[in-house]
Amino acid sequence: MNKFFVILSHTYTNRIKSRAFIITTLLTIAAILVMANIQTIMDTFQEEGSGESTTAIIAEEPVASALSSSITGGELYEGGEEEAKKAVLEGEYDGLLVVEEGENGLPEGHYYMDQFTSSSGAEVRQALQQVKATIAAEEQEISGEALSVISSPVSFETTALEEGAKSEEELNQARVIVYIMLFVMYLAVVMYGNIIATEVTTEKSSRVMEILISSVSPVTQMFAKITGVALVGVTQIGLFILAGFLGITFADDTEGSLIQMAGLSNPDWGVISYAVLFFLLGYFLYATLAAMLGSLVSRVEDAQQIVTPMMMLVIAAFFLAISALSTPEATYIIIASYIPFFTPFVMFTRMGVGDVALWETLVSLGLLVGTIFLLGIIGARIYRGGVLMYSSASLLKNVKEAMQLSKKE
Amino acid sequence: MLKLENVTKKFGDFAAVDHLSLEIPAKQMFGFLGANGAGKTTTFRMILGLMDQTEGDISWNDGEIGYEQSHLIGYLPEERGLYPKLKVEDQLVYLAKLRGMSKQEAVPEINRWLERFKVPEYRTKKVEELSKGNQQKIQFISAVLHKPKLLILDEPFSGLDPVNVGMLKEAVVELKEAGTSIVFSSHRMEHVEELCESLCIMHKGKPVVHGGLKEIKRSFGKQKVRIEAEFDVGFLRDKEEVLHYKETSEGAICQVKEDKDAEELFEALQGRGFVRQFVLEEPSLEDIFIEKVGESYE
Repeated sequence: MNKFFVILSHTYTNRIKSRAFIITTLLTIAAILVMANIQTIMDTFQEEGSGESTTAIIAEEPVASALSSSITGGELYEGGEEEAKKAVLEGEYDGLLVVEEGENGLPEGHYYMDQFTSSSGAEVRQALQQVKATIAAEEQEISGEALSVISSPVSFETTALEEGAKSEEELNQARVIVYIMLFVMYLAVVMYGNIIATEVTTEKSSRVMEILISSVSPVTQMFAKITGVALVGVTQIGLFILAGFLGITFADDTEGSLIQMAGLSNPDWGVISYAVLFFLLGYFLYATLAAMLGSLVSRVEDAQQIVTPMMMLVIAAFFLAISALSTPEATYIIIASYIPFFTPFVMFTRMGVGDVALWETLVSLGLLVGTIFLLGIIGARIYRGGVLMYSSASLLKNVKEAMQLSKKE
Repeated sequence: MLKLENVTKKFGDFAAVDHLSLEIPAKQMFGFLGANGAGKTTTFRMILGLMDQTEGDISWNDGEIGYEQSHLIGYLPEERGLYPKLKVEDQLVYLAKLRGMSKQEAVPEINRWLERFKVPEYRTKKVEELSKGNQQKIQFISAVLHKPKLLILDEPFSGLDPVNVGMLKEAVVELKEAGTSIVFSSHRMEHVEELCESLCIMHKGKPVVHGGLKEIKRSFGKQKVRIEAEFDVGFLRDKEEVLHYKETSEGAICQVKEDKDAEELFEALQGRGFVRQFVLEEPSLEDIFIEKVGESYE
């Protein structure tokens, strides 16, 4: 047990002190701080920019005055149409609205801009629509009150009948939190999985492994390494969370900001504690797999290649979880949430945004824990044989050979 | 005492070690000889428990060797390797900790050994900056730092210059005198002849010769007579006492069964002229190996 901690602390301190670790951590913290303050940053740029958009309007009265008051930045243009177009091209105005009287006496508009953007003239169009409605109403002799009754939005509310169902707002908040958690989990599994596989392979390729396994059992080594890297992960993610927390605290927390929208200022601790549980289990599942795979190759270059199938699994799990965000009750999602390799992602998502019975959670957790143990046992055996093996045959052949090396016949 | 009984290791159909029975006495130096692929490393790995034998028993002082005894065992693998990016001292401390030493115990020992191998300046250097020979010294230190009772050295002298070989040999002899049982493999016969009380020659997984060095030579039943004479000694070829005749530039080397036969030859040479040399030589391990295996060794 003592040696377990020797290896664990060796793995941990070496990683923490490594340049790669320090650089990635600092960069990510910087990114988190930027993200948390994105609202403030965006506002700053908005003010410093060209200011509000301006639209030149060429129209006859009374349409002209109605438009110039309802379009923000609208300005009557005194001059010819060609001149106005030139002014738009030169950047003096953002757009040009030319209104002419159509056949039935209603205004028809033509909007010119230097190039299409996503919001091309939407506001202008709405203003013109309103002016048209007013004119049309006058012509049809409809009173102003009648018009406002017609055009006022219908009252519409949604209520979920099932008890404990999340409200629309809660659901949106949950989605954001689940999404962030999924992303962190995905990154962590990919990153730390790779680190473990590379660590094992590095020890093999530098041939220090044979000394190591003559002092400490390979099984102890494997789990000490997995735990050591897990602690590295805890440290790193802890720093990230701290940065995120600080970022949120100091960020502009006013109504309608991104953070408010995501519900991050008032997080759902239930979802977060599930996230931690599934995160740890998911990590141990994939870490064991990575250590096992890493022990099968003998060169660091091959380590990346051999973990590829595992990464595919992680990616599949991630995308299943993303689609579960919108359709948590789909059959394929429910099935996937019981497959141990997908459970940490998919079951967690279902719990976050859907309604999952307790027995469902327990069954999937049971399967997951069982698989971790099974993989631990098989992995330890493959590891034991694999670390003595220096051939470069195919994956399956290597697995077979490793099992053979580690067993009594 | 390290005891191997009928140990066999099969990889598929291939027997890397085939019914090997050995007794390695305590506090001695035991030599393992054999060409590449003779099964030396596999035997060591089985002794250390890195691999399980297919058949047979291995015991040390009547118990099995497991990780509980790892602080009593030192191992220098044939494939040398250390962490390339770690400093020599950190590396040795880590490996010593894995053998059950504390850092406080390890550091003075590390300094003592580095001094002894005349490389104290490498203490704070990274391993990858060291030459291969010096890396090997560091690795040797890692095998003996914790004062093991059983030391297994797989080809300890390969790749070293004569000065370093001498330094290492000295250290090994000292360890033996301090009470460590040492098993080492080599493909250089002369190292084994020089250092070991007993030995085993492996060939294709089988022990060809096994026992004390003196007994092996004595029981070999053949002796070498080196003759240098001023006249042609070719007539000796037809003597029935001569088992094997080999001409040399100055005379011949004859193999005979026992001392009495040598006397016969001595008689036969009388009166023919001046004999510059007539030496009765012990058989070398090389001779024994060639005789037993029927082919040259290296």
